[in-house]
Amino acid sequence: MGEPFIHLAGVQKIYRTRGTDFLAISEASFDVEPGELVSLVGPSGCGKTTLLKILAGLHPYDSGQVTIGSRSQPFDPSRDIGMVFQQPLLLKWRRIIDNVLLPAEILGLPMARSRDRARDLLALVGLAGNEAKYPYELSGGMQQRAAIARALIHDPKLILMDEPFGALDALTREKMNIELLRIWQEAKKTIVFVTHGITEAVFLGTRVIVLTAGPARMADNFLVELPHPRTLEMKTSEKFGEYTRRIYRLLGME
Amino acid sequence: MQRYGLAVLSHLALIVAWYLFVKLGEVPKFVMPSPYDTIQALLVPNYRWLENIVVTTTEIFGGYILAVVIGIWIALLFSWFRGLEMAAMPLLVSLNMIPKVALGPLIIVWFSYGIRPNIMMAFAICFFPIVLTTARGLREVEPDLLDLVRTLKGSRWQVFTKIQLPGALPYIFSGMKVAAILAVAGAIVGEFLGSDRGLGYLMLQVQVTLDTAAMFMAVILITLIGMVLYGLVLALERALVVRDARLQ
Repeated sequence: MGEPFIHLAGVQKIYRTRGTDFLAISEASFDVEPGELVSLVGPSGCGKTTLLKILAGLHPYDSGQVTIGSRSQPFDPSRDIGMVFQQPLLLKWRRIIDNVLLPAEILGLPMARSRDRARDLLALVGLAGNEAKYPYELSGGMQQRAAIARALIHDPKLILMDEPFGALDALTREKMNIELLRIWQEAKKTIVFVTHGITEAVFLGTRVIVLTAGPARMADNFLVELPHPRTLEMKTSEKFGEYTRRIYRLLGME
Repeated sequence: MQRYGLAVLSHLALIVAWYLFVKLGEVPKFVMPSPYDTIQALLVPNYRWLENIVVTTTEIFGGYILAVVIGIWIALLFSWFRGLEMAAMPLLVSLNMIPKVALGPLIIVWFSYGIRPNIMMAFAICFFPIVLTTARGLREVEPDLLDLVRTLKGSRWQVFTKIQLPGALPYIFSGMKVAAILAVAGAIVGEFLGSDRGLGYLMLQVQVTLDTAAMFMAVILITLIGMVLYGLVLALERALVVRDARLQ
């Protein structure tokens, strides 16, 4: 193992409201290797979204240390983050390809080349032929695929995903899980994936970090030693069950 | 196509019903003229229809365009300067409670008779809905979308031009549609209160001689001017706003 791509040490975050302080994250420490897909799993209120926003540089934190990037993989915070949210958040008035191009426009990247890249990315996420459509012409799952293409347009090194499939129906969600793994392997990105789905966390992650609520703290951090490419059959395997049981136990559900 | 056909049919049916009501009921002409009598009123040269149409149209469109331009600009200033919005918005809401019609006599004192005070009346009555809806539209930005732009270190101007303004367009148009109807009412009320030209003024003139047919014609023409304005706004909306984004 070389240098980690993300290094968190003792990160703490407190929300100060009038009267009471609320501990959103107490002592989060973990490393992410370049190219990993790390699942952050936990119940709502466990601070996983807060942690993601700290990684995105959107939230300050109160103590500890966050380092992203290494000598071999330098990190530019304005160009190397791609975000995917629970809602696709596509701009209704833009065609799909122009939605994908939004980050490229904001960063002032050369448009002709970005347009070609957007077309390639739409093909990568399975939306070839939908470039000229408007968001309302696409299903929820397809819109989320476009949002993933948008997160990749500026070729960032790190993709942060905040329950991206949480609003989809169960079947579409499973399909999107397999699709995401394929995209991740082709695009070779480091992904931090926030979810409250325990099977989703294990199925997707090369590593799973478990957060518990009340008080919010990091409860576990383990490697998922299931081979790639992952298949749906693996979900019924003994090993998969061990991993999910381990998480259920930590969340006090067993 | 069938939808348009039915719409035309219902309009024609109203005219036929009107005709039959007057004919079969033997309603006197000064109470309710027939459609034919109403059209005949156009032939009275004394009524100077064309001139009056031009005057009223100028008042409606003048007040309306003024309200759209100034209203949108004020809403933009509100979105750029939060402090200004917090101070001025409650004030605008209070001012909006003034019945604009009650300002009529004052407007005449300030702007004298003629087209100008009526433009001001149309403006006063349709200005508020445009400011209020535009300001609301500019406020409605998804917080996550702002986060997305912030991770890319995008500027406020980029947020404004790429997300805020196009996102507010449906709201702006919804305000503009409400305002289009109000502008017509404003101009006519202005003409009622004090004027020497225009279709509203003409209505007061022919009321004296009980030429109900001319009054009917004037109302129809005023309505048609309003429909043209509304239609133009709708066409502009269709050209600028993607179907799904339009507010119903």
